[in-house]
Amino acid sequence: MTALLRLEAVTCRRGGRLLFEGLNLALAPGEAAVLTGPNGIGKSSLIRLAAGLLRPAAGTVEAAPAALADDKLALDEARTLHAALGFWASLDGRGPRMAILAMGLGHLVDAPVRILSTGQRKRAALARVIASGAPLWLLDEPANGLDSEGQERLAAAMAEHRAGGGAILAATHQPLGLDDAREVALA
Amino acid sequence: MIALILRELRLAATGGAAALPVVFFLLVATLFPFAVGPDGPLLARTGGGALWMAALLAALLPVDRLVEPDRAAGVLDQLALRGQSEESVALAKLIGHWLSFGPPLMLAALPAAALMKLPAEVLLRLELGLAVGTPGLAALTLGVSALTAGLRRSGALAGLLMLPLAVPLLIFGAGLVERGSDAGALPLLAAVSLLLVAGAPFVAGAAIRAARD
Repeated sequence: MTALLRLEAVTCRRGGRLLFEGLNLALAPGEAAVLTGPNGIGKSSLIRLAAGLLRPAAGTVEAAPAALADDKLALDEARTLHAALGFWASLDGRGPRMAILAMGLGHLVDAPVRILSTGQRKRAALARVIASGAPLWLLDEPANGLDSEGQERLAAAMAEHRAGGGAILAATHQPLGLDDAREVALA
Repeated sequence: MIALILRELRLAATGGAAALPVVFFLLVATLFPFAVGPDGPLLARTGGGALWMAALLAALLPVDRLVEPDRAAGVLDQLALRGQSEESVALAKLIGHWLSFGPPLMLAALPAAALMKLPAEVLLRLELGLAVGTPGLAALTLGVSALTAGLRRSGALAGLLMLPLAVPLLIFGAGLVERGSDAGALPLLAAVSLLLVAGAPFVAGAAIRAARD
């Protein structure tokens, strides 16, 4: 089985500072890994490396098409939730409807993105990931700001994604309800 | 690509962002006769150059809304994840921006020319120059916008970067208005504009990539 994400001897430098070096990580379909470690250790940088948004100082990164949810919402504030998510979903050749329902945002489809609360924004970002259909999910603090119901929906969505042959790399300080996920502790 | 261009047009339409340069252009055209006085022949002689100055300054206004909001909101990251090269994103932005900037400015040049008492053949040369020159202006705006994205209080820096680069457009644009096409201003204006349009997507693309580190 080919890996959806493969990091080999990856070294990451930001602003002249060494964050980590010689990191190896591979995720096969259905697998999940949880990144843990203190603030500033490079969890978000590792996520961005996997997304191809940063280049490693050394080593190789190979990744399947990925969807990213970080602290940036990337939805047009003036548009309705349905239209804003629909923009990305249409680039991915899909519809946003199922993902909006999966994250419990059904009552907000016609609301403009700018009025959404912190937790609702997080849900919207996760809905963007779900709607992407990408085999690899890169989640940076996906449970931040989510209430317990939102966390359950996130856990259910992640379980379904893995059951469908997807892989997940998540950086978090909270339990995510990812069964038998590998823990990668950066230190 | 088409979806990106349509998104740019939609962003330009929301909140009247696209109207701002046009209104500014008309405002300058209104103020100039007040400053120079109601001397028809003098206005007609200097008006074309003044309108080119107004167009140049109007092109500066959208500098802070073209790239920075998309960078800050993570839209550029999400496009990269979907395999869109930064250059093609910049090209889409350039096309979308010109469509919301060039034609409205050319329309606004009609009442502006009336305010300046420009004769019909001069107006024709002004419109021709704007049609050829505004893509170059839009390209400059985009390039400077990408270069200054992520910097705080980038407005003044953007002006300092952009206006010197726009000098050739101004010289040949105003030259075309004043002396007509027999002086060779039109091909030179077209050449400068083409150079800017061809280079801007690469400059902007590299700037967007560099801003990620």
